Amino acid sequence: MVVEVIIFVFAALGALAGGLGVVASRLPVRNALSLLLVLGSLAVTYLLLAAQFIAVLQVIVYAGAIVVLFLFVVMLLHRQLGAMSPDRLRWQGPVAIGLSAAFLILMLLTLRFATNAAAPAPAEFGTVESVGRALFTSFALPFEVASVILLVGIIAAVVIGRPASRPVAAPPRSSAPSPVGAPRR
Amino acid sequence: MTPPAVDLRLLVPELVVTATAVAVMLAGLFLPAGRQHLLRWLAAVGTLAALGTTLTAGADPTPAFAGMYVRDALTRVIQATALLAVLLAQWLSGEYVERTGLEAGEYYALMLVAALGAMLMAASSDLIMLFLGLETLSIPLYVLAAFARTDLRSQEAGLKYFLLGAFGTAFFLYGIALLFGATGSTGYRALAEHARTPAVIFQAGLALLTIGLAFKAAVVPFHFWAPDVYEGAPLPATAYMSVIAKVGAFAAFLRVYVVALAAQAGEWSTLLAAISVLTMIVGNVAALRQTSIKRLLAYSSIAHAGFILTGVVAGTPSGASAVAFYLLAYTFMTLGAFAVVLMLHRRGEEADQIADLTGVAWRAPALGGAMALFMVSLAGLPPTAGFLAKFYVFTAALDAGQIGVVVTGVLTSVVSAYYYLRVAYTMFTGQPHEDVGFAGGRWVTAALVTASAGVVVLGIFPGRVISFVQQVGQAMR
Repeated sequence: MVVEVIIFVFAALGALAGGLGVVASRLPVRNALSLLLVLGSLAVTYLLLAAQFIAVLQVIVYAGAIVVLFLFVVMLLHRQLGAMSPDRLRWQGPVAIGLSAAFLILMLLTLRFATNAAAPAPAEFGTVESVGRALFTSFALPFEVASVILLVGIIAAVVIGRPASRPVAAPPRSSAPSPVGAPRR
Repeated sequence: MTPPAVDLRLLVPELVVTATAVAVMLAGLFLPAGRQHLLRWLAAVGTLAALGTTLTAGADPTPAFAGMYVRDALTRVIQATALLAVLLAQWLSGEYVERTGLEAGEYYALMLVAALGAMLMAASSDLIMLFLGLETLSIPLYVLAAFARTDLRSQEAGLKYFLLGAFGTAFFLYGIALLFGATGSTGYRALAEHARTPAVIFQAGLALLTIGLAFKAAVVPFHFWAPDVYEGAPLPATAYMSVIAKVGAFAAFLRVYVVALAAQAGEWSTLLAAISVLTMIVGNVAALRQTSIKRLLAYSSIAHAGFILTGVVAGTPSGASAVAFYLLAYTFMTLGAFAVVLMLHRRGEEADQIADLTGVAWRAPALGGAMALFMVSLAGLPPTAGFLAKFYVFTAALDAGQIGVVVTGVLTSVVSAYYYLRVAYTMFTGQPHEDVGFAGGRWVTAALVTASAGVVVLGIFPGRVISFVQQVGQAMR
């Protein structure tokens, strides 16, 4: 029990520090690496909650694939991105911090009243087998709908990322041709 | 654990829509540039087929797919509305898409998938399905807002919509997480059971869920994105998203509040009543000062979200029927008003300023008459669909004892008459601009005629439509 608490404290502090880094740093590379810290710490928290499969997925999908993709984009577009320009809305930061703090306090007060209504998780909870069973029985329909959403995501990326096929009164674009994709017509 | 019964016959309308979307997208890749107009026929035939299967499918109030999905009367009515909206929006877009050189295949496919999302939200009987339906609805709309990629305003609209939509979705998901924590399940049935002894965490979850839905429906105070997004998006995409997002969001409001939490109406109706009053006031007052027709219709859609919400506030079966009727009427009148604007152009650009409409009615009396009809209907004057729609929601709210909400609704309707009728007045006075020309076509004309017919029929001969939407209320008793 004590070991779990210690591990949790470290994971939680890591997630918090990472979250602050994502928001506060002005260098895109640091933002992406801070996100990696957040996702890794969350994976540890999932392990503590006996959700092994989710923890592994978190590391493979988010930390492995998504953050690496972020880093690729940051590196490829490094010259255009550089450091972000300073904020023009100076009041925005303090107001955002104030509102977030208010929301945090509200949620903490709410959670203090939470009673343990749900039964404790069964022993096989969080294993690959039980997640797979749930996906292909009770959650079969949501699973299929999620595949439609992924399809839309792909279409969206193609639609937005494709260079203009016909410049319809387009403003002059950057001269560098895009390395992927080609005009369709 | 035995696998749940999978009865794909229940899903036929959704499957037809999905198949049409994929077919249109693939056909768009292979058809040569000169034959892309065939896509419209393909999309229209698929949508009509889905509409037919929705209307003929049976209604069964027991949830299927392990409690995820239900095809009852509410599902049928809302799905029919969503399919009608996507059909009219396809027709509206016909000539615009060709003229501006947008990729027709992807455009129609995204429209259809958004309609699929609204249909799934209407058919959900579990928060997970509701969430997936919401995302299936929202993601295509983000892309449609940014579809004119070379236009900076469209890019801005897409990015704004995406970021704020994702923000709203985060609240929605947090709400689901808290509700799961309170009830140990994501089904609406568990929601209804735990609502009798609500814990603080349950109420907090419900509040966050409401915030997420209010973002999608553009309800005050979560409406700030709407005018900018509606203004920047391509005109037919604006028309479509102003309708389909409302259909999906209010289907969810009906499912969660009026169906699942019917017994606790006394607790949540005050919260929704406050939001509704605020929305009607802010939407109608802000619309008074607009000079762009797109922004005007954006604030109009916010105001109408407030009016529709009064039907939810009623929390009764008749309120639910009134909401369904209002959504149908709103679809016809809003898409009709956008169709009129799409019939015009200013030097090849969108004629999106109210000033562009000056005197147009004298050059095209039918167009002027149609715009006057839609504006009268949006303002809620008889003998149009808009009047009856408001009449039904306000009656339902009055029966539920929500007098303050109804008084606000009637007063703000009077305010709204000013800016709606100003648009109609502009069309009938002054000299037409030389820059403004007609950009009509067969498809947009078909949409305009259908929308006008819908507004008139719903206003004057509403009998059959009313018995159709009253299935919603009867199913809840």
